[in-house]
Amino acid sequence: MKYAPELKRSATIALWLILLTFPIMVIQVNTIENIVVWRWMNIAGVGTVAFVLSFLWQIYQHRKTESPLPVSAHLPAFQRLLADPKLYRPMLIFIAAFALVFPFTASHYQINIMSTALIYIMLGLGLNIEVGLAGLLDLGYVAFYAVGAYSYALLNYHFGLGFWTLLPAGALLAAFFGILVGFPVLRLRGDYLAIVTLAFAEILRLVLENWNALSFGPSGISNIPRPGLFGIELTLEQSAVYMYFLLIALCLLTIFVIYRLQHSRIGRAWVALREDELACQAMGIDKTRAKLTAFALGATWAGMAGVLFAAKTTFINPASFTFMESAMILAIVVLGGMGSIVGVIIAALAIILLPEYLRVLGDYRMLLFGAALIGMMVFRPRGLITPSSRTYVFQPSEHQERT
Amino acid sequence: MNYFWDLFLGGLTRGSIYALIALGYTMVYGILQLINFAHGEIYMIAAFTALIVASILTMQGLTGFSVLILAGVIAILYAAAYGFTVEKIAYKPLRQASRLSPLISAIGMSIFLQNYVMLAQTSDFLPFPNLLPQSEFLDSISAWIGPSDFIIIVTSSVVMIALSLLLKFTKMGRAMRATAQDREMAMLTGVSVNRIISRTFIIGSALAAIGGLLIASHVGRINFYIGFNAGIKAFTAAVLGGIGSIPGAMLGGLVLGLAESFGTGYISSDYESVFAFTILILILILKPDGILGRSSQQKV
Repeated sequence: MKYAPELKRSATIALWLILLTFPIMVIQVNTIENIVVWRWMNIAGVGTVAFVLSFLWQIYQHRKTESPLPVSAHLPAFQRLLADPKLYRPMLIFIAAFALVFPFTASHYQINIMSTALIYIMLGLGLNIEVGLAGLLDLGYVAFYAVGAYSYALLNYHFGLGFWTLLPAGALLAAFFGILVGFPVLRLRGDYLAIVTLAFAEILRLVLENWNALSFGPSGISNIPRPGLFGIELTLEQSAVYMYFLLIALCLLTIFVIYRLQHSRIGRAWVALREDELACQAMGIDKTRAKLTAFALGATWAGMAGVLFAAKTTFINPASFTFMESAMILAIVVLGGMGSIVGVIIAALAIILLPEYLRVLGDYRMLLFGAALIGMMVFRPRGLITPSSRTYVFQPSEHQERT
Repeated sequence: MNYFWDLFLGGLTRGSIYALIALGYTMVYGILQLINFAHGEIYMIAAFTALIVASILTMQGLTGFSVLILAGVIAILYAAAYGFTVEKIAYKPLRQASRLSPLISAIGMSIFLQNYVMLAQTSDFLPFPNLLPQSEFLDSISAWIGPSDFIIIVTSSVVMIALSLLLKFTKMGRAMRATAQDREMAMLTGVSVNRIISRTFIIGSALAAIGGLLIASHVGRINFYIGFNAGIKAFTAAVLGGIGSIPGAMLGGLVLGLAESFGTGYISSDYESVFAFTILILILILKPDGILGRSSQQKV
């Protein structure tokens, strides 16, 4: 038989996993009534799934070593597609048409999910500045998002300011908070930075949860107004559509700004900072300024996304701003392939829409989502789109030819 | 017995547990430069395994010390096996990838394990039996130290001393330190790096299991989510002491436990974790490499 050794290995792995999951999967104790339930059927489930998955994995490994693909084929299909203007132009038109038609064909629920995904695109692109471009691992990005959302909710509640005043205000406040967090952590590197940003985010969340006089505590703030449209009264459905287009417009703005930033002087300084801090300083780049602008600009988008989130859901509480959110946004950036705008957009859509459409699976949704995160990383460790740096080709000038 | 002493003991107890879990983080970090987010989940699974085994044994009529030993040993073995398997599935295929990819797969593993236990067992809190032994000696000192506090502090000290000796004097310990210092060089001198990584995960998970067992017995209830908070705190402790440093993790755990205990006792009980994180930020601003971390000189 061709695959005999693989089958044997898969069987061993399946046995190991059956043994491993035995106490949790099979036995269930009820300590109050002193009953033990033995669910022997679960063994079969674990065994089958483990056997099939490990067999497929081994076949995959086998294929990869036996017939290595040519270098060009290593690029995924859609990346090759992006490299060719003949192919990507019609695709862009198709996507634009789809984005325009979508809210008029889809249900209210689906428009809402799509709007959420659009908010995450903004968040992903914002965090991309910090993590993808400047290489500052931020595990507390959700703090800036919370600052934006709470500035809108609170300033509106106390002073009655409108959405359009508070959108830039929220962004500015978040940027300010970004600099505030940025200053003390300038000296820190790598994972120390990660844990300090996480600590800041947790402190902010706990303060919001406990300082009832300021933030209304765990019960949160409700009845936050939706954004206005020149004073026209909108029904619930209409305002969802309006929100959707607003988000599309702001996403386009974000994409444009970040694209321009990426290739600007400061963008190149960030990439240099990410690649090597010392060498970057030696080249005369102001490290402090580069880091602080990365924090401030990254936070700006999170602040804007926060205002939009508060306006979209009309209700916020601290439970929306846990570490899990930061982890999701980070997963979007990493899965998208650090520093790639298209990658971040695809990853945001995948990570937000996947659990929503997995809802049919009920309780198994998050289990499969966790497994999917591992799977995506194992199969595409560099992310969906492999970032390629712009290369400058040396062109000999007349002067050099003469000498 | 005064208030200060109470808080001090509470902090020490809590800190010992943080230290036990932090050791797993710091050992893995030292070798792979990976924040193993699934480490807290291993601790939670150990507590669940111990609960299941102990309940079955108690129903069979066993009591006292034998239940503790059997449940403890099985829980530790299972935690070690889980640590080993998690590394093989989620981290080993990513050995060559950039540093953030294993971090995301660790977060995925953490979500997976939490939901796995929630679905297979329950999402409610389960009462955890007090497995810690009673004896005349413990009763005699109960005037100034609670029996479970005493057992937790003594057990974790013994375990930590044992680990330090293991790392310092055995061949495996030397190989581990070598791998942490320079993986490629260790490989050249004949250290089987993959095996060392596996053993690191096994030892770290076993330590987390001991911590899980002790704290579950002390607190008296568990659910599928306990690993997450303990994990974040223990990771904070590891960084506080200087990540990658074994004595640093122990010290960091104790500092964090005491800070939380005194903060909640004297200032406000609502802000328990805020004290821990504030201490972390303050110390890292003053000493960016942690309390006992090596100040690494970076070169181009």
